[in-house]
Parts: sequence; C-alpha cells; structure tokens
Amino acid sequence: MSIEVKNVSKKFGEVAAVNNVNFSVREGELMALLGPSGGGKTTVLRMIAGLEMPSEGDIFIRGERVNDIAIQKRNIGFVFQNYALFKNMTVFKNIAFGLKIKKWKKADIQARVIELLKLLGLEGLEKRYPHQLSGGQRQRVAIARALAPKPSVLLLDEPFGAVDAKIRQELREWLVHLHQDLNVTTLFVTHDQEEAMEVSDRIVIFSRGNLEQIGSPREVYDHPTNEFVARFIGVMNVLELEVRDGLAKVKELEFPAPNEPDGQRIRIGFRPHAVQISNDLTEFRYQAVLRRTYFLGIMLRLELELPSGLTLRSRMTKEEYAQLGLEDGRRVSFQIRQYRVLARENALLPEELQAIYEPPPTIAENI
Amino acid sequence: MANKKFNPLPGFGLTMGYTLLYLSVLVLIPIAGLFLKTFQLSWSDFWKLVTEPRALAAYKLTFGAALIAALVNAVFGTLLAWILVRYEFWGKRFIDALVDFPFALPTAVAGLTLSSLFANNGWLGRFLVPLGIQGAYTPLAVVIALTFVGLPFVVRTLQPVLENLEREVEEAAATLGAGRFRTFISILAPTIFPTIITGFALAFARAVGEYGSIVFVSGNLPFKTEIAPYLIVIRLEQYDYAGATAIAAVLLVISIVILGLINWLEVWAGQFNKNSS
Repeated sequence: MSIEVKNVSKKFGEVAAVNNVNFSVREGELMALLGPSGGGKTTVLRMIAGLEMPSEGDIFIRGERVNDIAIQKRNIGFVFQNYALFKNMTVFKNIAFGLKIKKWKKADIQARVIELLKLLGLEGLEKRYPHQLSGGQRQRVAIARALAPKPSVLLLDEPFGAVDAKIRQELREWLVHLHQDLNVTTLFVTHDQEEAMEVSDRIVIFSRGNLEQIGSPREVYDHPTNEFVARFIGVMNVLELEVRDGLAKVKELEFPAPNEPDGQRIRIGFRPHAVQISNDLTEFRYQAVLRRTYFLGIMLRLELELPSGLTLRSRMTKEEYAQLGLEDGRRVSFQIRQYRVLARENALLPEELQAIYEPPPTIAENI
Repeated sequence: MANKKFNPLPGFGLTMGYTLLYLSVLVLIPIAGLFLKTFQLSWSDFWKLVTEPRALAAYKLTFGAALIAALVNAVFGTLLAWILVRYEFWGKRFIDALVDFPFALPTAVAGLTLSSLFANNGWLGRFLVPLGIQGAYTPLAVVIALTFVGLPFVVRTLQPVLENLEREVEEAAATLGAGRFRTFISILAPTIFPTIITGFALAFARAVGEYGSIVFVSGNLPFKTEIAPYLIVIRLEQYDYAGATAIAAVLLVISIVILGLINWLEVWAGQFNKNSS
C-alpha cells in the first residue's frame, strides 16, 4: 500500500471536518477524493501531506507512519488549487526549487528540469515568470515542480478547478497519460463527479466528513451503497412514494412493494436510461408528453411530463431518437425498467443533496 | 474632431485639467520660483555659496542621517509589519494605532520630547550618557528623530502586501522540503523587497525634509549637528534669499537624483512582477 489512512478524524474546534475515515491507496494507483464542498476531502489530502495534523488516527506512506514526520521530510508532491507558484522565480527555478533544497548536483538539476519541461510540454517557457503564463501552463508548472524531486506520492487539490472548461478537459486527459507514463501514486481532490469518473482508477466519496463509499467508477455508479452516493454520482430520477396494498404510489406511477407495510413512505431512484420510451402510445403502461430535448452530442436527454405534472428524465442516442421520430411536444408511452429503493423512512434530504437535486448531465451516463 | 478617439470613461479633460492646475499651484510654480531666484546668482557665486564648508557639512548630515534613519526603518518597519500581519497577540490593535503616532504628533513636540528623554539628566539619557551614548545634541540625535518621523512609512506600505501573500506558496515550499528560514529568504523576502524599497524611499524623502523635530533635538551646531534645512532658515534670517534658495536647489536636486536611483532599484527588484506585453 502506498498510502494508508487509518481511523483518521480531524476537528477544527468543535466542528468535525473528518470523521473516522479509513482507506488505502495502492502503489501506482490514480485515485479521486470526491464529494460536495465542505465534505472533508481537502482536509484528508492536507493531512496526508502534513499540512494539517489529524486529531485522531494514523497515516502511513509506504508503510511508514508519518504522523510525526514534518511536511519537509514526507517526500510528497503537492499541487495547490491556485497553483501557488513562486512568482519571483522563472519556470526553471520553480521546478528546480525542490531539487536545490535536496542538494542535487547542478548538472543533475539541469537534466531533471529539462526532462520535466519536455514531459509537460513546457519547452521554451523556462525563462518566463509565472505571470507570463496561461492558466493551463501554470498548472503544468505546478505539477512539474511537485514531480521534480521524485515524490513517493503526488497529491492534487482541485487541480483543474481554476481553468476554463476546454482546458480542463485537456488537462484531465493529459493527467491520465502522465500517470500512465510515470506510474506515480496519485491522489486528487475534486467536487466534480464527472471528472472523478473519467480520470480515476478508484473513487473515495465523502460527504460531511464521512467516507460514503470506495470503488471503481463503475462500482459506485452501478452499485452505490447508499442514497447519497446513488444521487451524487450521475443523474438520477428520485421519487417519494407511499405504500398502499403492496404498491408504492406517487401520482399515476406505481411500483410493486410486496413486503412494505401500508402507510410506509419510501424513496426510489432510477437512472435516465432506465426510462424506456416508445412512440406507440399503447406499447407501455404510462403516457407522457415529451416536453423538451437536450442535445448533448451523441446522447440526448429528454424531459417527460406526465399528465399529473410529474417530470422524469430519460436519455437515448441520436439514432434511437430519429428512429422513433420524436420531437418536442410528441405524446409517448414509457416504462421504468430498473429502479432501486433509496430510503425507507421519510428522512429529510440533507442540505447538500438538495443542492444537487438536479445534477448536470454527465458523461458517466455512457458507462 | 471627427478623429477624436472615443473613450468610454468620461471626464478625462476635466480631471486632467484639474490635476495639472493642482500640481502647478502646489508643486511646479513654487519649484520654478525657487530655481528662478537661484538663477539670479552668477555661476561662480552659486558654486561658492553651495560648496562652502558649512553647507557641505550640512548636506552630509542631512542625507547621511536620512539614509541611516530610512535603513533602520526599513529593517524594523518590516519586522513590525510582519508581527502585525502574521500574529495575533494581546494589544495588537493598540500597537497598530501607535504606528501612526509620528504622523499625527507635531514634530516640534517630538523633538522636545526626544531631547529631554536623551539629555544628560533625562529618563534614558542618565543611563545611556555614562555608556557614551549621547542621544541629544549630536548627529545620533538627528538620526533618532528622523527614524521617529519615518516610522510609519515602511510599516504602512508593507502591511497590505504581507496580508495578500498566499499561504499556499509557503505551504508549497514546505512540501518541497524548504524550512521556514529558507522559505523566507528564497520566496517571501524577494516578493516583499520592492515594497520595502518603496517604504524606504518614502521614509527617506520625509527625513530629508524634516525640520521641526531636529531644531530641538540636534543643538544646531554648525559643522556638527546643523542640518541643511536649518541652514536655509539661518540664511533667510540674514536676508540672504539667494543663498537660501541656492542651498534649497541643491537639496532638491540631490533628493531627486537619490529618489530616481531608489525608484530604479525598486523596478529592478520587482522585475518578476512587471506586466509583459
């Protein structure tokens, strides 16, 4: 194991930012710490780096307990969200800084910096100062600087948060390739589930200081272990229903619930692709009007309005859409192929879930 | 008029006109008058007046003491600003308010206070004088008074810059293995150095022009503790207006040259910051 976090908690005064968290990162793995802001993921990353001290628990890097080891001695590379470049130094000196402190020989420093400039596509910029670089270039300088002393782990805090969408996409792909080339254990924090799904081998999901689930992108998408994960990852239709005579109902929709007592309130969720649509009004049980089609490239997202006013989201490929001859305003029939029970009591939604009640469409849906 | 460039910000003509008027009345016309008066002298008379030994001694003291005072302020002002920005402690707001004290206090009062404090029988003088430290009526007294009046400049120019330093930059240095001292020397000091120079220049300029406190604290002995501004006043009292303006013109020219040099140093130290086009 490259990094092990054991029973770690962190309190800021009375506020528990991280609550008894356990996970480990394998050697060479690319792992994401994902969650809404305030979830505790950045605090975990900072504790691994030594920038915060855990209130309880132990942190191991390559088998060595590092709780009492100073930041300077942990041999980690850390990339800050706002780059935190040394603005009084050129690109070359920024990258060379850690090597100089480790007292590398001048020729070795020169060779290593040139190697990194090449690796990160920064050739020709070595004499520039940070303010003369674009956002994406600054980010790459920050990564080069962190990688230069050959750290045992690379930690990135919201690495792509401060650049615009197109650059962000490029940087993501580039991070995956970089990781393949270098194979250095990498842990990065993000609040963007799409980014976590796309980039990482495994995802650790946090909310309110608690670890909710660890797994590959596919696992957390297909088999979320709780309601938070189910709703945070990908798009999900969520319905509140009440059970009567073995059927859970809301408006005109019914789901079999043979083992639930009458009056029980349950919450179910289903992915947009589970909503199957037909242009034949008699093919499926329910009817709806196609209110609006969102064009997302090869995939389309459809908003269905039921006669009762209930709105559901579905999705299909452009080809399917054309085949069915659909357009906004058409009447259709539909069925729900798969769903999962998210919760059985009438617990109020946590605040952060309300904020993401309608998450943006996501590439993760293609999985 | 058809070619007149459109500028979305209105009022350029008005504000620029007012600025020129303001600068002319307050700065340019008095300085021009000073030089006009000086030009009434022949070159050889002028040269004799401004290079007489008493005047040379006065320049030396004025600029030497101002330079030392500004240097002291650069060092301790930086320390003071650092403490005020980086740490929380009891009485911080009081100390912060105290920094402005030299701005508000009439400098004559400051001079009187300092001279009575450092005189042979003063509170500090009675301990320092036996040790050979003469804090009143000596060149040292001039330095002390000028340090006092220049105190706020470095502190007040540096504070906002220190407040805006990104915490993450220091953390980044730490993750790369740098200790506190190394971080300060390699990263913080070069970042704040141009600002320290700005504060230094302000404190220096203020010290060169200081008069009120010095007349009380220095003793005004020709060749020993007489500053150039005081010599100007003496010339005026002797109705030697040309002599007074000649010394004033020299003071002005030397000040402009030194401030120009400081400005150049500041630009050089901050070159990593300049905007590229």
